Amino acid sequence: MTSTTFLLAQLFNGLSTTSILLLIALGLAITFGVMGVINMAHGELMMLGAYSAYVLQNIFVKYLPEHYFGYYFLVALPVAFVTAGLAGWLLERTLIRRLYGRPLETLLATWGISLILQQLMRQTFGANNVEVRSPGWLTGQLSAGAGLEFPYLRLFIIAFTALSITLVYMLLFRTSLGLKIRAVTQNRAMSAALGIRTRKVDAYTFALGSGLAGLAGCILSLMGSVGPTTGQNYIVDAFMVVVLGGVGKLAGAIAGSFAIGEFNTLLESFSTATMGKVLVFALVILFLQWKPSGMFPPKVRSLD
Amino acid sequence: MSNRNDHLKNPGRRKFFVNTAKVGLGAAATFELGYNFMPRAAAAEPIKVGIMHSLSGTMAISETSLRDVELLAIEEVNAKGGLLGRKVEAVVEDPASDWPTFAEKSKKLLLRDQVCSVFGCWTSASRKAVLPVFEKNNGLLWYPVQYEGNECSHNVFYTGAAPNQQIGPAVSWLLKNRGKKFYLLGSDYVFPRTANMIIKAQLKAEGGQLVGEEYTPLGHMEYSTVVNKIRAAKPDVVFSTINGDSNVAFYKQFRNAGITAKDIAVMAVSVAEDELRGIGGSVAEGHYAAWNYFQTVDTPENKRFVDKFKTRFGKNRVTDDPIEAAYFQVHLWAQAVAKAGSTEVNAIRAAALGQEFKAPEGLVRIDPKNLHTWKTVRIGQIRADGQFNVVYSTNEPVRPEPWNRLLFPNRDCDWTRGGTVDAKS
Repeated sequence: MTSTTFLLAQLFNGLSTTSILLLIALGLAITFGVMGVINMAHGELMMLGAYSAYVLQNIFVKYLPEHYFGYYFLVALPVAFVTAGLAGWLLERTLIRRLYGRPLETLLATWGISLILQQLMRQTFGANNVEVRSPGWLTGQLSAGAGLEFPYLRLFIIAFTALSITLVYMLLFRTSLGLKIRAVTQNRAMSAALGIRTRKVDAYTFALGSGLAGLAGCILSLMGSVGPTTGQNYIVDAFMVVVLGGVGKLAGAIAGSFAIGEFNTLLESFSTATMGKVLVFALVILFLQWKPSGMFPPKVRSLD
Repeated sequence: MSNRNDHLKNPGRRKFFVNTAKVGLGAAATFELGYNFMPRAAAAEPIKVGIMHSLSGTMAISETSLRDVELLAIEEVNAKGGLLGRKVEAVVEDPASDWPTFAEKSKKLLLRDQVCSVFGCWTSASRKAVLPVFEKNNGLLWYPVQYEGNECSHNVFYTGAAPNQQIGPAVSWLLKNRGKKFYLLGSDYVFPRTANMIIKAQLKAEGGQLVGEEYTPLGHMEYSTVVNKIRAAKPDVVFSTINGDSNVAFYKQFRNAGITAKDIAVMAVSVAEDELRGIGGSVAEGHYAAWNYFQTVDTPENKRFVDKFKTRFGKNRVTDDPIEAAYFQVHLWAQAVAKAGSTEVNAIRAAALGQEFKAPEGLVRIDPKNLHTWKTVRIGQIRADGQFNVVYSTNEPVRPEPWNRLLFPNRDCDWTRGGTVDAKS
């Protein structure tokens, strides 16, 4: 393997890391970025998505002929979205709506929720990690010669993330629900005065963000572990992306994950995994010193 | 992270409830069976032992099974009439994967509950945290997990492998069977770094070649760069001391990159049957692990053990090396108490030295000098069903060496001579 192919492979890995980070952060960019809820249970909503894949896989193995197995993942994706979305909706209706504008209480309450969800999974599925198998069409890799290999799974994740972000954009900027979401988050009082049922919009928005977390969890079940503490592995990255990108802007999440993904991968190739993480953290801190509201600061008319 | 455990640090009623809830149904059922079958022994005061494994937090993944199997072994002891005419009662504590809480729970078990032995811990960090407590209060800890060595305590019985009973033989076997070029990959904490020090010394001594060394943070999930580096370094073998969830990510992404065990073999010392359930046998097929015990080990004792375990905890559950060590250490302890005729700590320790037991892995014996355990060394190759084919096994139990011969040529652990001894002095 020459150094050129090594570098090319690293650029691809950076793109792949970017897509994974973006997938993790997309839901949070809505619940935290757009709504301002510091949701410490974001990782656990991802975990719900991952367990959805596990349950669906088991149902397919048990009740359907073997040649249908490859399709289980396609069914698992919407199921994960709905499961996590419903959980998010419930969470908003019962707890979070009482805590709007109180970030510290929200942080503690959602942290508690994350522990409850972890223990719930531990009681239901056991403390061990569970196995989620990749469907056949996602195993294997595209060979570009000279030792350059592109795993189908990573290509799929890149494509899926691109699709997700496009759909979220269209939802926010091309539909009336999206218009309402943007209106409510920009000026709640005026939206209410104009007849928008803000509480309902809040619940839908939070459910959407949670559902996206579920999707991310479902996909990452093919890359990493699935267990009660799975969510904890991703939560820090998710917040880092949203904060670096700029709270409140989807474009920020894209830019943030691209910056962290490529930097991390390249720095890691010339140092070590631990050092790569340290350097990325240091760079993010330096950047935020320079631009405290991130790469894409939201334009606000009010004085915060 | 510490705020999650604050409620556990409050002694009193709340603690009782929390613990009761966490011990859960499994333990409650065990206690009840113990009582029901033991009307004769129930009259005398029970012998109290502590069980201290994380039942919540990150380590619950591994440690919950140890709690289960230790309760199972205690139940067996009670079913045979208990010890010294008394039944054995376990006090179960959950240190919640938090090292300071481990120290606190040990204090509670030794001072308040006055247990004569504690079965507990998994990570080296937790063992290091409780070590001073056991040494100060003269308690006995029975520690069932393989570890990095370099320890010689009069208050710990080490029933898992010392490095020379796992890592050393694995390196030699790989050099002979898979090739000279080694890539060392581990999680970034004390065990992998110490283990790799030993491996590097051994590679130098036995003619191996180091082509890369890399550590990833615990919980690391993105292995694409590491896999790319491995591909560029072209090793014959990856020696993995990755621990925890990262293993799942590593094996999945290694396989996804199109590298099979035929191209580059991975030898692991922290991946057993229990971890393979989360990784998937098909993903890791053909790779290796070094242990003293595999569920597929062919002994009559193991057949009985596996049957009993599955009947009790479910068909899907699997046994593995630490589970087996946790099981037999309770029996070694019981034999020692029976021989000592007392539950006094010094008497139990004296009686435990040289104690033998026909464990599922074969004969095990507590070394009378260093309190570690003589164990058979095995290497297994991972099958698609998540079990191992044993491809190498020593004929006899191997003597444990807490201090590595290559790194500390003059040092020995010998409690007949007062503990750690240096030949020079």
